[in-house]
Amino acid sequence: MSTKKFMYLNRRSSFGTVYALESLEVVLIAAAFEQDVSLAFIDDGVYQIVEGQNTDGIGMKNFSKTYHALGDYEINKLYVSAESLEERGLTEEDLMPLVYEDEDDDWEEKPSVKIVSNAELSKIMSEQDVCLSF
Amino acid sequence: MKISIQINEGPYQHQASDTAYQFAKAAIEKGHEIFRVFFYHDGVNNASRFTVPPQDDRNVVNQWADLDIKDAEGNPELVVCVAAALRRGMLDESEASKNGVDMNNIHPAFRISGLGQLIEAGIQSDRLVVFGD
Amino acid sequence: MLHTVNKSSFERNSLQSCLNTIDDTSVILLIEDGVISAAKNNNSSMIADLATQGRVYALKGDVEARGISSKLADNIKLVDYAGFVDLVVEHGTAVSWV
Repeated sequence: MSTKKFMYLNRRSSFGTVYALESLEVVLIAAAFEQDVSLAFIDDGVYQIVEGQNTDGIGMKNFSKTYHALGDYEINKLYVSAESLEERGLTEEDLMPLVYEDEDDDWEEKPSVKIVSNAELSKIMSEQDVCLSF
Repeated sequence: MKISIQINEGPYQHQASDTAYQFAKAAIEKGHEIFRVFFYHDGVNNASRFTVPPQDDRNVVNQWADLDIKDAEGNPELVVCVAAALRRGMLDESEASKNGVDMNNIHPAFRISGLGQLIEAGIQSDRLVVFGD
Repeated sequence: MLHTVNKSSFERNSLQSCLNTIDDTSVILLIEDGVISAAKNNNSSMIADLATQGRVYALKGDVEARGISSKLADNIKLVDYAGFVDLVVEHGTAVSWV
């Protein structure tokens, strides 16, 4: 099977709608297909990977920990819009420290999250073959 | 060209399914192939054979069925995500019996399958277009 | 690339987000409530430059359904569903700003 570049475009926060959860479910399945996978977090999508989510008070499943598993599935290109973070008063330190082990570099632990400008995001998007919006 | 479609919203609540249908119809009329239509999120509700709209309105479910989107072996390529379907009460015969539910509601022009079918549609098709909210 | 936007810019920021990341060669197709941005209104300046470059399309059926055919902003190109298909074919990867 040929390799294509897939981007998952996440623009909504985690619990108000089901899109974040069901997007994550697709990404986990996608890992088995050995395609080139990128995730983009834009607008309120940045809240999907904010540290310290606690759903005890709303009776819904807290799936934020699942993002930590992405590195084990070699999904390690998580692009976060710098402008979207800034607009929301957030910085990189507010995000979960998501990492992967780089098999090409003696399994060194490296960050999966990359903060990128809109201009960089534009370039990354233009390289994609498939873009799935959630 | 081989084109696939992802639909994220249910019928009547949102225009997504109507737009996707008009798009698919136009693509087929222009000689393109609709490889697969994948129904995800509330989009799974487009597959309910219990849908009964008023007589003066379109029947979104039957419209999709009438497009007759199938693979070479005659299997439906209107594919409903199993995980999204089950949590929304959309079951075919096999899922109903597996889960001890006494009824099934998937229209025969559709089939239930896994999320891998969406990824595969992205790999196999020249284009994948998403219709959502 | 082809970017589709289906939200009014008065309701959601989908169009703005699209504009923030669009590259120099991509085009925008306004569909569903996205066509409200194709009308002459206080938000028209958002896409005026791109429209001048001939890079903004709007879905004719959606424009007509919303009664804004006579109020279109300058340089918006109308397409029918067949034209939508052509845009998908010609412009490569489709990105939906839902």
